[in-house]
Amino acid sequence: MLLEKLSAHLEEVKEYEREPVPASRWRGFKSFLGMYAGEHTAGTEFVIGPLFVAHGAGAMDLILGLLLGNFLAVLSWAFICAPIAVRERVTLYFLLEKICGKHLTNAYNLVNALMFCFLAGSMIAVSATAIGIPFNIPLAKLTDWLPSGLPWIIIVVLVGTVTTFVATLGYDKVEKFSTIAAPWMILVFLAAAIAVLPELGVKNWGDFFQVAQDKIWTGKPMSGQSKFTFWHILFFAWFCNMAMHIGMADLSILRYAKKWTAGFASAGGMYVGHYIAWLSSGILYALFLQQSNENLEFAPGPVAYSAAGITGALCVIIAGWTTANPTIYRAGLALQAIMPKAKTWKITLVVGSLTTLAACFPALVMQLLDFVALYGLILMPMGAIIFIDYWLFPRIGLQSNLAAVKNLTFNVAALITWLGSLLACYLIAKTTGLEIFFLGLPGWFLAALIYIISSYAYQKKWSK
Amino acid sequence: MKILLKLISIAGLIITILPSIGVFYEVISQEENKYFMLIGTILWFGPKIIFKAK
Repeated sequence: MLLEKLSAHLEEVKEYEREPVPASRWRGFKSFLGMYAGEHTAGTEFVIGPLFVAHGAGAMDLILGLLLGNFLAVLSWAFICAPIAVRERVTLYFLLEKICGKHLTNAYNLVNALMFCFLAGSMIAVSATAIGIPFNIPLAKLTDWLPSGLPWIIIVVLVGTVTTFVATLGYDKVEKFSTIAAPWMILVFLAAAIAVLPELGVKNWGDFFQVAQDKIWTGKPMSGQSKFTFWHILFFAWFCNMAMHIGMADLSILRYAKKWTAGFASAGGMYVGHYIAWLSSGILYALFLQQSNENLEFAPGPVAYSAAGITGALCVIIAGWTTANPTIYRAGLALQAIMPKAKTWKITLVVGSLTTLAACFPALVMQLLDFVALYGLILMPMGAIIFIDYWLFPRIGLQSNLAAVKNLTFNVAALITWLGSLLACYLIAKTTGLEIFFLGLPGWFLAALIYIISSYAYQKKWSK
Repeated sequence: MKILLKLISIAGLIITILPSIGVFYEVISQEENKYFMLIGTILWFGPKIIFKAK
């Protein structure tokens, strides 16, 4: 009864899902700055920073690679996503429906929901590493794919159950809590990193770079890990949120912006979360490795606990939870678009169970860099489709918003583009050995080209 | 009351970050820093939770 009341309350919330956001709801630059800083200071940061250390990133490569990669990400938000967002002021899903048709949008939603489940699963696993500290359970190693034992599964299931239960009750309160937690979290990251610097050998600020090169980002990958160069770091920083900027998922957020320049507010997330937090968590992990004699165990909870005590462990739990919770909720919403008659909380429950199951497998955390890159790559072609459909089609005599104009449920050209560009990326990777982090750039241009060619062929039947 | 709670929250954030600089300059120990961070955390979240409850 209580759940149904809350669910009804959620359904009453006006989110302008099928209409442009009215001017009265537009928001200024500052509100986006805070939102992006909060959203990109999350549980994933406790994993990504250490993984750069494990992959043998060099100090200068990391500092410059992140600086430039994050800059390119900000430009992508500002020049690719935001201009369409403030002109159309509709959600990604609504715009996709107009271009691709309802059925193809449903397929996109299904893939999106699945990706959200895996992402939330990795965050539940991150939180579980902190919850497990008092029980001293054996934790997974960098090379592990399967659960480390029954105690790990029990803790993950417990964390997953609580997270799912809270997600079924709604999103508002968690969102408010994560807004409160965001400035604290970033200071905990920073404070923990500063406090451990002397243990790494930094006695004054002038020592930092030398110590960074010798003891933190040494340029030598750990056993079983691939080597990350400057280019890996630049492209990862640029494309880790590819689904959001080039993939246009943030149309749904930036449609509330007064001006397109709100896209530059993403710098708040990039340079706080994806710069300071990644560097800080990398420093903490380097100390953990030094103290544990290069132990391959990979556990954000104990790493943060050893550096910042209870506050560090709390920070990991909260960061993981505040990322997992809205992600489960979003996955539920994406699925609900396919099954509009199903109750939100019931779908969230199913999504939460799937997420919890995924969280039991440490592979999700250990391979997070690859997973994040794959997630962006799979959804990116839809962003290219929107970009070309919006800017180019009116100029070359092709019909924009074809599905809406011709009342189609399936735009075949868009489907060919989605599958074709992913197949092309796969073939590029297979034949040239190019790693997944680099495929987004050629993939976007390929998707654009395939969409133009396939649309010329597909739209012919209406022009006769 | 509102202003007081806000001030306590801001003090919480300062107590979370400032002692770490003290550790760096060897003014306080790492263990003391961990206690300060915990106090800072309580001061940051406490008033926010009280404020929300009201």
